[in-house]
This record gives sequence, structure tokens and C-alpha cells, in this order.
Amino acid sequence: MKKKIPCRVLENKEIAKDIFDMRIDAKDIAKEAKCGQFVALYSKDKSRMLPRPISLCGIDREKGELRLVFRIAGAGTAEFAKLTAGDDIEVMGPLGNGFTDFGKKAILFGGGIGIPPMLELAKSLKERPIVVLGYRDAENFLADEFAKVADVYIATDDGSVGTKGNVIDAAKAAGLKGEVIYACGPTPMLRGVKAFGEELCVPTYISMEEKMACGIGACLACVCKSKETDEHTNVHNKRICKEGPVFEAGEVEL
Amino acid sequence: MINMSVDLAGVTLKNPVMTASGTFGSGAEYNEFVDISKLGAVVTKGVANVPWPGNPTPRIAEVSSGMLNAIGLQNPGIDLFCKRDIPYLTERNATIMVNVCGHTTEEYVEVVERLANEPVDLLEINISCPNVKEGGIAFGQNPKAVEAITAAVKAKAKQPVIMKLSPNVTDITETAKAAEAGGADGLSLINTLTGMKIDINKRTFALANKTGGLSGPAIKPVALRMVYQTVNAVRIPVIGMGGIANAQDALEFLMAGAKAVSIGTANFANPYVTMEVINGIEDYLKKNNISDINDIIGCVK
Repeated sequence: MKKKIPCRVLENKEIAKDIFDMRIDAKDIAKEAKCGQFVALYSKDKSRMLPRPISLCGIDREKGELRLVFRIAGAGTAEFAKLTAGDDIEVMGPLGNGFTDFGKKAILFGGGIGIPPMLELAKSLKERPIVVLGYRDAENFLADEFAKVADVYIATDDGSVGTKGNVIDAAKAAGLKGEVIYACGPTPMLRGVKAFGEELCVPTYISMEEKMACGIGACLACVCKSKETDEHTNVHNKRICKEGPVFEAGEVEL
Repeated sequence: MINMSVDLAGVTLKNPVMTASGTFGSGAEYNEFVDISKLGAVVTKGVANVPWPGNPTPRIAEVSSGMLNAIGLQNPGIDLFCKRDIPYLTERNATIMVNVCGHTTEEYVEVVERLANEPVDLLEINISCPNVKEGGIAFGQNPKAVEAITAAVKAKAKQPVIMKLSPNVTDITETAKAAEAGGADGLSLINTLTGMKIDINKRTFALANKTGGLSGPAIKPVALRMVYQTVNAVRIPVIGMGGIANAQDALEFLMAGAKAVSIGTANFANPYVTMEVINGIEDYLKKNNISDINDIIGCVK
């Protein structure tokens, strides 16, 4: 059951330029959350009405805690970055569908602020996965944590660490093979991942993003083009916040 | 015991608080947060004769104290709506106002005829959507067209007909009077105000549609003024909406003469807001020793 509740901030620190790592006491939201789902964070400033969708980087169901790693993208996330331990923030969740573990050898791709949700997935998969992370430069946030639970490959735009180029360049350079692919990142990266999955002939699951208003499937703002007619409207528009954010790559047009 | 019920075009509402079309789906998504049977009415997302895919994304953008939207009336069409959405609402004892959209008079009438034998309480005819190229606002800005489409819908409708008016006109009382002349049983106002936002980093429009409808508290003073003007220009009941986010806002519209109010964008900021507004109105009446909500409707002249 989704709910919107005030949550206590337990910790909030900058782990790379404009990237914040926040832990919150999210009680029931955390207890029910699955990796790949997201929460909506609300601004205290009433002039910013819409919640900000933020992926789940970590879920501690026993303690009822969530870890949210987000980038400052505007005034709303800049406000969240200023929160400190003891502050409260309104949170709605858990939202969306989440990733499914098929018990197969997986390759995970994360690009930029699409990296955080892959950490909880990497930790939860039964079989140790391969993880390919794409960064702009040498600020490789979370990479050391991935290394504890996965075999990590890195791509950077400036070539300062790992393969110079994108995550697909890194995967091809290393000749990576797997039985299932999961990815989260910018749309051009997801296109590359979809094509890579088709080359390998393996099921590919991508987590998508779009401007959202309600976060629960009512407003029809965050749709993506789908191959099959969607259940809700009977056209070809799946709701990212409801049927997604995770889709089988063949289901959606990118 | 305080009376919260109002009469709207012959339909008794439990209270005057409804949802604004397009912000609440057909109630299913918000029923996880609020008991939709406790609402004055659920006003559904606009429904057309066939499914509409809507506009390209991005479809929304946040602005100060509000948002722009250009969803483009994505909807499942009347067949699936009758099969799925109406039963969902009736099983939960919700009072239902169906919002009807179309590109042509024939399309509006087709939907209204399909709804004639459905357990629907009220019809809201959307002649004011700024985000579809034909129909929508094209009807809503011309008084003659408003009167004609109202008459055409009324000729086939079995439920009371509420015409939803556009604020994107010089004088809203002209279109309001035209709807009344066409036989409307009531009016809903305001729909969104056409607006725009530019993303200076991408150097492009924030919305794929370039323009979108502005909603939220940013438009409340404009909406309240138009509701007050309209209430004083027609004899049929007016449903007030535009930026209502709390009980105080709702009370302003009721005091200006609205028989009921609709809450839209505020649902996105707070999914519990409709219940908070109903309770807040009741608290206000209690505190001021008013036993009947109807005593405050139109009390500010």
C-alpha cells in the first residue's frame, strides 16, 4: 500500500559534485519497497507543488530505512541537498514496479544518476553480477560499494578511469556476456543497452524516466511509447510511474 | 449536526468537494489514499468516442505555485470506460460526473448518447481544453459555438449537463450566458490558462506541445474573479475550480457563489487533500456556528 508520510533524515552527505547520499527513516515505505521502485519527495516550499521521483539506492527493511542517492537538478533537489540529520521530509512510496530476479547471470548497466538503483539490485541478486558503470570523469561515486558485490567495469566520458567512452564501449572491450541485462541511465545509453541485449539475444530490462506530476498513474504525464496497447488507455502509452519504471526493452520505443 | 450536502442541478451531493477532471483518473489511483465514496463527486478524466493517444512528452512542467500540462486528453475511449471505469466507481458508491471530450459536435454527442443509460450522475462537457488542435477550446472561445454544442448535447443527454468553460476569453460571462441559452444545467470554471515555459539550458520549450494549460494556486485569484462574475451573470449553478489547495481556498469559491468546488493540481502535492478540504470546511462551519453549508454559498455579494 502506497502512503505519503513525513520521514526523518538520518544522514545526508555529498559523495561527488552535486551528488547527495541521504538515508531516511521511511518506516512502512521501506518495509514494502522492492529494488527498482522509487519514492516521491516533496518540497517544503509550497510554490514547488510537484513531488520529485527519486530511485532507491538502498533498502533496509528491518530498520525501515531507505537510502536515496540523487543529483541536484534544480531548486527542489537543491533543497533536499540542504537537509541534515534530524530534519523531516514528506515521502510517498513505494512507487512503480521494480526489478525481478530471474536467478541468472546478469549484466547491470548504470549511467550517471541511473547508477544508484543498480546498487540495491546488485546486492539483492542471488548470483554475483557483472556491473558496468558510466561516469563523466574520475568522480566514481558508489563504485567501491559495487566492487564488494559485483565484478565492476567502468567507462568515463573523459577516459580518466576505465574505458574512454560509454558503458557499451566498456562491455564490448571486455567481451562481457550474461543471461539477462538490467539498466538505468539516460535515454541514449538505454538505446545502446537495448541494441547490446539484442546482439546477445538476452532479455533486457531498462528503468525509464520522464517528467512526472502525480507519481501514481492518474495524470498520464510520464508515458512512454509501447509496442503493445497499454492496459490503462488502450493506446500505446505505458505509464512509467505505474507500469514502469522497469520495462522489458522490447516493450518500449526509445 | 452540520449539513454539508448541496443540490447541484437536481443532484444531491454529500458535500460540495469534487475532483477536477484530468487530475484524478477515474478514481482508482487515489482510492489508495482517500475513500472516494466520501467525495461530493468524482469527476473523471475526459473520455472521447474512441481512445486518444494524447501528446508527445514532456507533457508537464512545474512553474511557481503551479504547473503547465499538455497531456492532450489521452483516454481509453467510451467502450472501455463504460466497461471498467463506471463499474469501479459504482461498486464503491461514488457519485460520478463524467467529463466528455471530442473534436467535433458529433463526437461529443456520440459519447453523451453512450452514457445515456449508464449509472452516471452528471455530465461535464469539456469545450475548453487548450491542448488539442480541434474541438476543445475551439468550441469554448466562441459564444455561438458554445450555445450550439450545448444545445446539441442537451438534446441527447439523460443526465444534467455541466459545460466546462475556458478562461482564455475576454469576457467569460459571454460564453457562460451562451451555455445557459443552449440549455446547460450548470457550468464548471475555470479550465486552465494557456501558458508557456522555456528550458534555457536546452534552449527549447519545456513542453513538447510548446504551450500548455496553467493550473495550481497561481491561477486562483483569476479563477475566483471569473466564478464571481459568472455567478452574477447566469441563473444556473456554477462549480468553481482553479488553484484550490485547502479549505480556505474552497470557502472563498463557495462564498463567491459556487455551488460546489473541484480540486485538481493540489492532489499531486497532497493525495489526501480532498478529505482535508471537506473536514476543513466542516470545521469552519462548526467554529462559526453555521449549521448548513448552503448558508455560506454566495454570502459575499
